[in-house]
Amino acid sequence: MSGRDYLRETPSQTAGPYVHIGLTPNLLGTRVYPGDLGTSPIREGARGERITITGTVRDGAGMVLRDVLLESWQADADGIYPGGDPRGPADPNVTGWARIAADFETGEWRLETIKPGRAPCPDGRPMAPHVALWIVARGINTGLQTRVYFEDESEANAACPVLARIEHKERVQTLLARRVGAGDYRFDIVLQGAGETVFFDL
Amino acid sequence: MDSGPFYPRDRGWHPPAYTPGYKTSMTRAPSRPLVALGSTLSEETGPVFGRDMLGPRDNDLVLNFTGEPALGERIIVHGRVLDENARAVPGVLIEIWQANAGGRYRHRNDGYLAPLDPNFGGCGRTVTGADGTYEFRTIRPGAYPWPNGVNDWRPMHIHFSVFGSGFGQRLITQMYFEGDPLIARCPIANTLAPEAREALVAPLDMHRAIPMDALAWRFDIVLRGRRQTFFENRAEGL
Ligand SMILES: [Fe+2]
Repeated sequence: MSGRDYLRETPSQTAGPYVHIGLTPNLLGTRVYPGDLGTSPIREGARGERITITGTVRDGAGMVLRDVLLESWQADADGIYPGGDPRGPADPNVTGWARIAADFETGEWRLETIKPGRAPCPDGRPMAPHVALWIVARGINTGLQTRVYFEDESEANAACPVLARIEHKERVQTLLARRVGAGDYRFDIVLQGAGETVFFDL
Repeated sequence: MDSGPFYPRDRGWHPPAYTPGYKTSMTRAPSRPLVALGSTLSEETGPVFGRDMLGPRDNDLVLNFTGEPALGERIIVHGRVLDENARAVPGVLIEIWQANAGGRYRHRNDGYLAPLDPNFGGCGRTVTGADGTYEFRTIRPGAYPWPNGVNDWRPMHIHFSVFGSGFGQRLITQMYFEGDPLIARCPIANTLAPEAREALVAPLDMHRAIPMDALAWRFDIVLRGRRQTFFENRAEGL
Protein backbone atom coordinates (compact mmCIF):
# COMPACT_ATOMS: atom_id res chain seq x y z
CA MET A 1 0.00 0.00 0.00
CA SER A 2 1.33 3.41 -0.82
CA GLY A 3 -1.62 5.77 -0.23
CA ARG A 4 -1.15 8.15 2.66
CA ASP A 5 -4.14 7.00 4.66
CA TYR A 6 -3.36 3.33 4.40
CA LEU A 7 -1.21 1.26 6.72
CA ARG A 8 1.25 -1.39 5.64
CA GLU A 9 0.64 -4.98 6.63
CA THR A 10 2.83 -6.22 9.47
CA PRO A 11 5.65 -8.13 7.78
CA SER A 12 5.92 -11.87 8.31
CA GLN A 13 8.68 -13.70 10.16
CA THR A 14 9.31 -17.42 10.31
CA ALA A 15 7.32 -19.47 12.81
CA GLY A 16 10.65 -21.04 13.80
CA PRO A 17 11.27 -24.48 15.29
CA TYR A 18 9.25 -23.90 18.47
CA VAL A 19 5.90 -22.97 16.91
CA HIS A 20 4.23 -25.83 18.82
CA ILE A 21 4.67 -24.00 22.12
CA GLY A 22 2.32 -21.32 20.91
CA LEU A 23 -0.06 -23.23 18.69
CA THR A 24 -0.20 -26.80 20.02
CA PRO A 25 1.14 -26.59 23.58
CA ASN A 26 -0.82 -29.64 24.74
CA LEU A 27 0.97 -31.71 22.12
CA LEU A 28 4.20 -30.88 23.98
CA GLY A 29 2.63 -31.66 27.33
CA THR A 30 2.42 -27.99 28.32
CA ARG A 31 -0.91 -27.59 30.12
CA VAL A 32 -1.88 -23.95 29.97
CA TYR A 33 -5.17 -24.36 28.07
CA PRO A 34 -7.69 -27.21 28.46
CA GLY A 35 -6.89 -28.44 24.95
CA ASP A 36 -5.26 -27.50 21.67
CA LEU A 37 -7.33 -25.55 19.15
CA GLY A 38 -8.32 -26.94 15.78
CA THR A 39 -8.00 -30.63 16.58
CA SER A 40 -10.82 -31.32 14.09
CA PRO A 41 -12.64 -29.30 11.40
CA ILE A 42 -15.86 -31.28 11.94
CA ARG A 43 -18.06 -32.45 14.75
CA GLU A 44 -20.18 -35.56 15.12
CA GLY A 45 -23.03 -35.38 12.63
CA ALA A 46 -21.29 -33.35 9.94
CA ARG A 47 -22.92 -34.00 6.57
CA GLY A 48 -20.90 -35.30 3.65
CA GLU A 49 -18.38 -37.96 2.71
CA ARG A 50 -15.86 -38.72 5.45
CA ILE A 51 -12.31 -38.53 4.14
CA THR A 52 -8.75 -38.55 5.41
CA ILE A 53 -5.88 -36.74 3.79
CA THR A 54 -2.38 -37.88 4.73
CA GLY A 55 0.94 -36.52 3.56
CA THR A 56 4.37 -35.17 4.25
CA VAL A 57 6.18 -31.94 3.45
CA ARG A 58 9.59 -32.33 1.84
CA ASP A 59 12.31 -29.74 1.27
CA GLY A 60 14.53 -29.15 -1.75
CA ALA A 61 17.02 -31.74 -0.52
CA GLY A 62 14.31 -34.41 -0.29
CA MET A 63 14.19 -34.33 3.51
CA VAL A 64 10.82 -34.70 5.21
CA LEU A 65 10.08 -31.78 7.54
CA ARG A 66 9.32 -33.00 11.04
CA ASP A 67 8.82 -29.54 12.48
CA VAL A 68 6.16 -28.34 10.04
CA LEU A 69 2.71 -27.16 11.10
CA LEU A 70 -0.27 -26.82 8.78
CA GLU A 71 -3.67 -25.25 9.06
CA SER A 72 -6.59 -26.17 6.85
CA TRP A 73 -9.74 -24.26 5.97
CA GLN A 74 -12.64 -25.60 3.98
CA ALA A 75 -16.32 -25.35 3.12
CA ASP A 76 -19.03 -27.78 4.22
CA ALA A 77 -20.45 -30.48 1.95
CA ASP A 78 -22.61 -27.88 0.17
CA GLY A 79 -19.70 -25.53 -0.46
CA ILE A 80 -20.71 -23.03 2.24
CA TYR A 81 -17.96 -21.64 4.48
CA PRO A 82 -18.55 -21.60 8.25
CA GLY A 83 -16.95 -18.22 8.92
CA GLY A 84 -18.62 -15.23 7.35
CA ASP A 85 -19.91 -16.72 4.11
CA PRO A 86 -22.24 -14.04 2.67
CA ARG A 87 -24.47 -16.80 1.25
CA GLY A 88 -25.63 -17.93 4.66
CA PRO A 89 -24.90 -20.32 7.50
CA ALA A 90 -22.93 -23.51 6.98
CA ASP A 91 -23.52 -26.96 8.44
CA PRO A 92 -23.35 -26.29 12.21
CA ASN A 93 -21.20 -29.41 12.60
CA VAL A 94 -18.50 -28.13 10.29
CA THR A 95 -16.09 -25.65 11.87
CA GLY A 96 -13.94 -25.82 8.73
CA TRP A 97 -10.62 -25.14 10.40
CA ALA A 98 -7.94 -27.52 11.63
CA ARG A 99 -4.42 -27.20 12.91
CA ILE A 100 -2.14 -30.13 12.18
CA ALA A 101 1.37 -30.63 13.48
CA ALA A 102 3.45 -33.14 11.55
CA ASP A 103 4.53 -36.17 13.57
CA PHE A 104 7.79 -35.36 15.38
CA GLU A 105 9.30 -38.73 14.34
CA THR A 106 7.94 -39.42 10.87
CA GLY A 107 6.87 -36.00 9.59
CA GLU A 108 3.50 -37.37 8.53
CA TRP A 109 0.46 -35.16 8.87
CA ARG A 110 -3.14 -36.27 8.69
CA LEU A 111 -6.46 -34.50 8.35
CA GLU A 112 -9.76 -36.27 9.05
CA THR A 113 -12.64 -34.30 7.62
CA ILE A 114 -15.49 -34.32 5.11
CA LYS A 115 -15.10 -33.66 1.44
CA PRO A 116 -16.06 -30.03 0.83
CA GLY A 117 -18.56 -28.97 -1.81
CA ARG A 118 -17.98 -26.42 -4.54
CA ALA A 119 -17.83 -22.74 -3.62
CA PRO A 120 -18.13 -20.03 -6.25
CA CYS A 121 -15.40 -17.75 -7.54
CA PRO A 122 -16.07 -14.02 -7.36
CA ASP A 123 -17.46 -14.21 -10.91
CA GLY A 124 -19.92 -16.93 -9.91
CA ARG A 125 -18.27 -19.88 -11.61
CA PRO A 126 -17.81 -22.83 -9.25
CA MET A 127 -14.37 -23.75 -7.98
CA ALA A 128 -13.64 -27.46 -7.66
CA PRO A 129 -13.84 -28.96 -4.14
CA HIS A 130 -10.67 -28.08 -2.27
CA VAL A 131 -9.17 -27.62 1.17
CA ALA A 132 -7.03 -24.51 1.63
CA LEU A 133 -3.72 -25.13 3.42
CA TRP A 134 -1.37 -22.73 5.18
CA ILE A 135 2.08 -24.08 5.95
CA VAL A 136 4.61 -22.73 8.44
CA ALA A 137 7.94 -24.00 9.75
CA ARG A 138 11.49 -23.03 10.54
CA GLY A 139 13.03 -21.76 7.30
CA ILE A 140 9.70 -20.62 5.83
CA ASN A 141 9.75 -16.83 6.08
CA THR A 142 6.13 -16.27 5.09
CA GLY A 143 3.43 -18.92 5.54
CA LEU A 144 2.80 -20.77 2.28
CA GLN A 145 -0.70 -21.02 0.81
CA THR A 146 -1.69 -24.02 -1.24
CA ARG A 147 -4.83 -26.07 -1.90
CA VAL A 148 -5.68 -29.75 -1.78
CA TYR A 149 -7.86 -30.70 -4.75
CA PHE A 150 -9.02 -34.26 -5.40
CA GLU A 151 -7.96 -36.36 -8.39
CA ASP A 152 -11.35 -38.09 -8.55
CA GLU A 153 -13.14 -34.78 -9.18
CA SER A 154 -11.82 -34.48 -12.69
CA GLU A 155 -14.91 -32.81 -14.13
CA ALA A 156 -15.00 -30.14 -11.43
CA ASN A 157 -11.23 -29.72 -11.59
CA ALA A 158 -11.37 -29.15 -15.34
CA ALA A 159 -13.91 -26.37 -14.80
CA CYS A 160 -12.18 -24.72 -11.80
CA PRO A 161 -11.24 -21.11 -12.61
CA VAL A 162 -8.39 -21.15 -10.09
CA LEU A 163 -6.76 -24.29 -11.49
CA ALA A 164 -7.24 -22.82 -14.96
CA ARG A 165 -4.99 -19.93 -14.00
CA ILE A 166 -1.98 -22.19 -13.48
CA GLU A 167 0.09 -21.52 -16.53
CA HIS A 168 2.16 -24.70 -16.54
CA LYS A 169 -0.54 -27.35 -16.85
CA GLU A 170 1.72 -30.19 -15.78
CA ARG A 171 1.99 -28.50 -12.36
CA VAL A 172 -1.76 -28.83 -11.68
CA GLN A 173 -1.24 -32.43 -10.62
CA THR A 174 0.88 -31.23 -7.68
CA LEU A 175 -2.43 -29.99 -6.23
CA LEU A 176 -4.38 -33.22 -6.72
CA ALA A 177 -4.68 -35.55 -3.74
CA ARG A 178 -4.29 -39.14 -4.88
CA ARG A 179 -7.02 -41.56 -3.93
CA VAL A 180 -5.39 -44.47 -2.13
CA GLY A 181 -8.48 -46.15 -0.70
CA ALA A 182 -12.14 -45.59 0.02
CA GLY A 183 -12.20 -42.04 1.39
CA ASP A 184 -8.42 -42.01 1.83
CA TYR A 185 -6.25 -39.53 -0.01
CA ARG A 186 -2.54 -38.88 -0.15
CA PHE A 187 -1.17 -35.35 -0.57
CA ASP A 188 2.60 -34.93 -0.42
CA ILE A 189 3.93 -31.40 -0.55
CA VAL A 190 7.29 -30.51 -2.10
CA LEU A 191 8.61 -27.11 -1.11
CA GLN A 192 11.31 -26.84 -3.74
CA GLY A 193 12.71 -28.48 -6.85
CA ALA A 194 11.42 -31.36 -8.96
CA GLY A 195 7.68 -31.80 -8.47
CA GLU A 196 7.47 -28.55 -6.53
CA THR A 197 3.93 -27.96 -5.26
CA VAL A 198 2.08 -24.94 -6.61
CA PHE A 199 1.89 -22.21 -3.98
CA PHE A 200 -0.56 -19.36 -4.27
CA ASP A 201 -0.66 -15.66 -3.55
CA LEU A 202 -4.40 -15.23 -3.05
CA MET B 1 -19.03 -9.86 9.41
CA ASP B 2 -16.43 -8.43 7.05
CA SER B 3 -16.55 -9.56 3.48
CA GLY B 4 -15.00 -8.57 0.20
CA PRO B 5 -11.69 -9.12 -1.56
CA PHE B 6 -8.34 -8.54 0.11
CA TYR B 7 -5.66 -6.21 -1.14
CA PRO B 8 -2.88 -8.32 -2.56
CA ARG B 9 0.08 -8.87 -0.27
CA ASP B 10 3.03 -6.57 -0.89
CA ARG B 11 5.61 -9.29 -1.44
CA GLY B 12 8.45 -6.78 -1.53
CA TRP B 13 7.61 -5.80 2.05
CA HIS B 14 7.40 -9.32 3.39
CA PRO B 15 10.65 -11.29 3.47
CA PRO B 16 11.58 -13.15 0.30
CA ALA B 17 11.37 -16.93 0.62
CA TYR B 18 15.02 -17.48 -0.23
CA THR B 19 17.29 -15.67 2.24
CA PRO B 20 20.79 -17.23 2.34
CA GLY B 21 21.69 -15.40 5.57
CA TYR B 22 19.07 -17.63 7.21
CA LYS B 23 20.37 -20.97 6.04
CA THR B 24 17.34 -23.17 6.60
CA SER B 25 15.38 -21.06 4.13
CA MET B 26 17.66 -22.18 1.31
CA THR B 27 16.09 -25.63 0.99
CA ARG B 28 12.61 -24.64 2.17
CA ALA B 29 11.99 -21.76 -0.24
CA PRO B 30 9.85 -22.48 -3.30
CA SER B 31 11.87 -21.84 -6.45
CA ARG B 32 8.87 -21.20 -8.69
CA PRO B 33 6.88 -17.98 -8.56
CA LEU B 34 3.70 -17.96 -6.47
CA VAL B 35 0.53 -18.25 -8.56
CA ALA B 36 -1.03 -14.86 -7.86
CA LEU B 37 -4.81 -14.37 -8.16
CA GLY B 38 -7.42 -12.24 -6.49
CA SER B 39 -8.78 -13.65 -3.25
CA THR B 40 -11.81 -15.97 -3.32
CA LEU B 41 -14.29 -17.05 -0.65
CA SER B 42 -11.71 -19.57 0.53
CA GLU B 43 -9.48 -16.69 1.66
CA GLU B 44 -12.18 -14.13 2.45
CA THR B 45 -13.81 -16.32 5.11
CA GLY B 46 -12.07 -17.81 8.10
CA PRO B 47 -12.52 -19.37 11.52
CA VAL B 48 -14.21 -17.32 14.22
CA PHE B 49 -12.97 -17.28 17.82
CA GLY B 50 -14.95 -15.84 20.71
CA ARG B 51 -13.64 -14.41 23.94
CA ASP B 52 -15.73 -17.02 25.73
CA MET B 53 -13.16 -19.71 24.94
CA LEU B 54 -10.48 -17.85 26.92
CA GLY B 55 -9.50 -18.75 30.43
CA PRO B 56 -8.92 -15.91 32.91
CA ARG B 57 -5.11 -16.30 32.84
CA ASP B 58 -4.64 -17.15 29.18
CA ASN B 59 -2.99 -13.77 28.50
CA ASP B 60 -0.91 -13.78 31.69
CA LEU B 61 2.29 -15.74 31.04
CA VAL B 62 3.66 -14.73 34.44
CA LEU B 63 1.09 -16.93 36.16
CA ASN B 64 -0.62 -19.15 33.60
CA PHE B 65 1.64 -22.20 33.89
CA THR B 66 1.58 -23.07 37.59
CA GLY B 67 -0.02 -20.11 39.32
CA GLU B 68 3.36 -19.20 40.84
CA PRO B 69 5.16 -16.24 39.20
CA ALA B 70 7.72 -16.86 36.47
CA LEU B 71 11.26 -15.53 36.90
CA GLY B 72 12.38 -12.46 34.98
CA GLU B 73 11.62 -8.87 34.19
CA ARG B 74 7.85 -8.43 34.35
CA ILE B 75 6.43 -6.66 31.30
CA ILE B 76 3.15 -5.69 29.65
CA VAL B 77 2.90 -6.13 25.88
CA HIS B 78 -0.10 -4.43 24.36
CA GLY B 79 -1.34 -2.80 21.19
CA ARG B 80 -4.07 -2.73 18.59
CA VAL B 81 -4.86 -4.87 15.59
CA LEU B 82 -5.81 -2.76 12.57
CA ASP B 83 -6.24 -3.50 8.90
CA GLU B 84 -4.58 -1.71 5.99
CA ASN B 85 -7.58 0.65 5.88
CA ALA B 86 -6.61 1.67 9.44
CA ARG B 87 -9.79 0.15 10.87
CA ALA B 88 -9.71 -1.73 14.16
CA VAL B 89 -10.13 -5.49 13.80
CA PRO B 90 -12.12 -6.98 16.68
CA GLY B 91 -12.37 -10.67 17.52
CA VAL B 92 -8.83 -11.48 16.39
CA LEU B 93 -7.23 -14.50 18.07
CA ILE B 94 -3.62 -13.69 19.00
CA GLU B 95 -1.41 -16.50 20.23
CA ILE B 96 2.13 -15.80 21.46
CA TRP B 97 5.08 -17.95 22.47
CA GLN B 98 8.52 -17.12 23.74
CA ALA B 99 11.66 -18.23 25.55
CA ASN B 100 11.99 -17.77 29.30
CA ALA B 101 14.13 -15.07 30.92
CA GLY B 102 17.25 -17.17 30.30
CA GLY B 103 16.53 -17.67 26.60
CA ARG B 104 15.31 -21.28 26.90
CA TYR B 105 12.14 -22.64 25.32
CA ARG B 106 9.94 -25.28 26.88
CA HIS B 107 10.16 -27.51 23.80
CA ARG B 108 11.46 -31.02 23.25
CA ASN B 109 13.85 -29.77 20.57
CA ASP B 110 15.49 -26.96 22.56
CA GLY B 111 18.68 -28.16 24.23
CA TYR B 112 20.16 -24.77 25.15
CA LEU B 113 22.09 -24.95 28.42
CA ALA B 114 20.06 -22.20 30.13
CA PRO B 115 17.63 -23.89 32.55
CA LEU B 116 13.88 -24.16 32.27
CA ASP B 117 11.85 -22.07 34.70
CA PRO B 118 9.46 -24.46 36.46
CA ASN B 119 6.85 -21.68 36.55
CA PHE B 120 7.03 -20.58 32.94
CA GLY B 121 5.19 -22.39 30.14
CA GLY B 122 5.88 -19.82 27.44
CA CYS B 123 2.53 -19.44 25.68
CA GLY B 124 -0.41 -17.09 25.94
CA ARG B 125 -3.45 -16.09 23.96
CA THR B 126 -6.16 -13.47 23.79
CA VAL B 127 -8.88 -12.15 21.48
CA THR B 128 -8.98 -8.47 20.51
CA GLY B 129 -11.78 -6.30 21.87
CA ALA B 130 -14.24 -4.19 19.91
CA ASP B 131 -11.59 -1.50 19.43
CA GLY B 132 -8.94 -3.98 18.27
CA THR B 133 -6.90 -3.76 21.46
CA TYR B 134 -5.11 -6.60 23.19
CA GLU B 135 -2.84 -7.01 26.19
CA PHE B 136 -0.49 -9.63 27.61
CA ARG B 137 1.50 -9.81 30.80
CA THR B 138 4.70 -11.80 30.58
CA ILE B 139 8.42 -11.70 31.36
CA ARG B 140 10.99 -10.31 29.00
CA PRO B 141 12.45 -13.26 27.05
CA GLY B 142 16.20 -13.74 27.01
CA ALA B 143 18.35 -13.67 23.89
CA TYR B 144 19.62 -17.07 22.81
CA PRO B 145 22.22 -18.57 20.47
CA TRP B 146 21.15 -20.72 17.52
CA PRO B 147 22.92 -22.85 14.95
CA ASN B 148 23.18 -20.84 11.75
CA GLY B 149 26.44 -18.91 11.65
CA VAL B 150 29.10 -19.79 14.21
CA ASN B 151 27.98 -17.15 16.69
CA ASP B 152 24.44 -16.10 15.78
CA TRP B 153 22.10 -14.94 18.52
CA ARG B 154 18.41 -14.21 18.38
CA PRO B 155 17.49 -10.83 19.81
CA MET B 156 14.86 -10.83 22.55
CA HIS B 157 11.61 -11.56 20.77
CA ILE B 158 8.06 -12.80 21.15
CA HIS B 159 6.44 -14.92 18.41
CA PHE B 160 2.97 -13.74 17.37
CA SER B 161 0.33 -15.74 15.50
CA VAL B 162 -2.63 -13.68 14.34
CA PHE B 163 -5.96 -14.50 12.68
CA GLY B 164 -8.17 -11.94 10.99
CA SER B 165 -11.69 -12.25 9.65
CA GLY B 166 -10.44 -14.25 6.66
CA PHE B 167 -7.99 -17.14 6.27
CA GLY B 168 -6.10 -15.03 3.72
CA GLN B 169 -5.04 -12.68 6.53
CA ARG B 170 -3.29 -15.43 8.46
CA LEU B 171 0.01 -14.13 9.77
CA ILE B 172 2.90 -15.21 11.94
CA THR B 173 5.54 -12.71 12.93
CA GLN B 174 7.91 -11.76 15.74
CA MET B 175 8.03 -8.73 18.00
CA TYR B 176 11.40 -7.25 18.94
CA PHE B 177 12.28 -4.79 21.71
CA GLU B 178 13.38 -1.22 21.05
CA GLY B 179 17.07 -0.67 21.67
CA ASP B 180 18.22 -4.30 21.42
CA PRO B 181 21.63 -4.29 19.69
CA LEU B 182 21.11 -7.87 18.50
CA ILE B 183 18.24 -6.95 16.14
CA ALA B 184 20.49 -5.47 13.47
CA ARG B 185 22.78 -8.53 13.74
CA CYS B 186 20.02 -11.13 13.43
CA PRO B 187 19.83 -13.12 10.17
CA ILE B 188 16.10 -13.73 10.69
CA ALA B 189 15.24 -10.08 11.43
CA ASN B 190 17.41 -9.25 8.43
CA THR B 191 15.31 -11.31 6.05
CA LEU B 192 13.38 -8.00 6.02
CA ALA B 193 14.40 -4.68 4.54
CA PRO B 194 15.38 -2.24 7.32
CA GLU B 195 12.14 -0.25 7.05
CA ALA B 196 9.99 -3.38 7.33
CA ARG B 197 12.14 -4.68 10.19
CA GLU B 198 11.46 -1.45 12.02
CA ALA B 199 7.72 -2.24 11.98
CA LEU B 200 8.45 -5.22 14.26
CA VAL B 201 10.36 -3.25 16.90
CA ALA B 202 8.07 -2.40 19.81
CA PRO B 203 8.82 0.87 21.55
CA LEU B 204 8.95 1.17 25.32
CA ASP B 205 5.64 2.59 26.55
CA MET B 206 6.07 4.25 29.92
CA HIS B 207 2.42 5.35 29.99
CA ARG B 208 1.33 1.74 30.24
CA ALA B 209 4.09 0.70 32.63
CA ILE B 210 2.87 -0.18 36.11
CA PRO B 211 5.02 1.66 38.69
CA MET B 212 6.94 -0.65 41.00
CA ASP B 213 5.68 -3.66 39.01
CA ALA B 214 6.12 -3.92 35.22
CA LEU B 215 7.48 -2.07 32.20
CA ALA B 216 5.34 -1.93 29.03
CA TRP B 217 5.98 -2.30 25.31
CA ARG B 218 3.60 -1.40 22.52
CA PHE B 219 3.17 -3.53 19.43
CA ASP B 220 0.50 -2.65 16.89
CA ILE B 221 -0.32 -5.21 14.22
CA VAL B 222 -1.68 -4.53 10.75
CA LEU B 223 -3.58 -7.20 8.79
CA ARG B 224 -4.51 -7.21 5.11
CA GLY B 225 -7.37 -4.85 4.31
CA ARG B 226 -10.41 -5.43 2.13
CA ARG B 227 -11.25 -3.47 -0.97
CA GLN B 228 -14.21 -1.15 -0.43
CA THR B 229 -16.30 -0.10 -3.39
CA PHE B 230 -19.91 0.11 -4.46
CA PHE B 231 -18.85 -0.49 -8.05
CA GLU B 232 -17.49 -3.99 -7.75
CA ASN B 233 -17.53 -5.64 -11.16
CA ARG B 234 -17.44 -9.33 -10.49
CA ALA B 235 -18.13 -10.49 -14.05
CA GLU B 236 -14.66 -9.95 -15.44
CA GLY B 237 -12.78 -12.91 -14.09
CA LEU B 238 -11.21 -13.50 -10.71
FE1 LIG C 1 12.21 -17.73 18.92
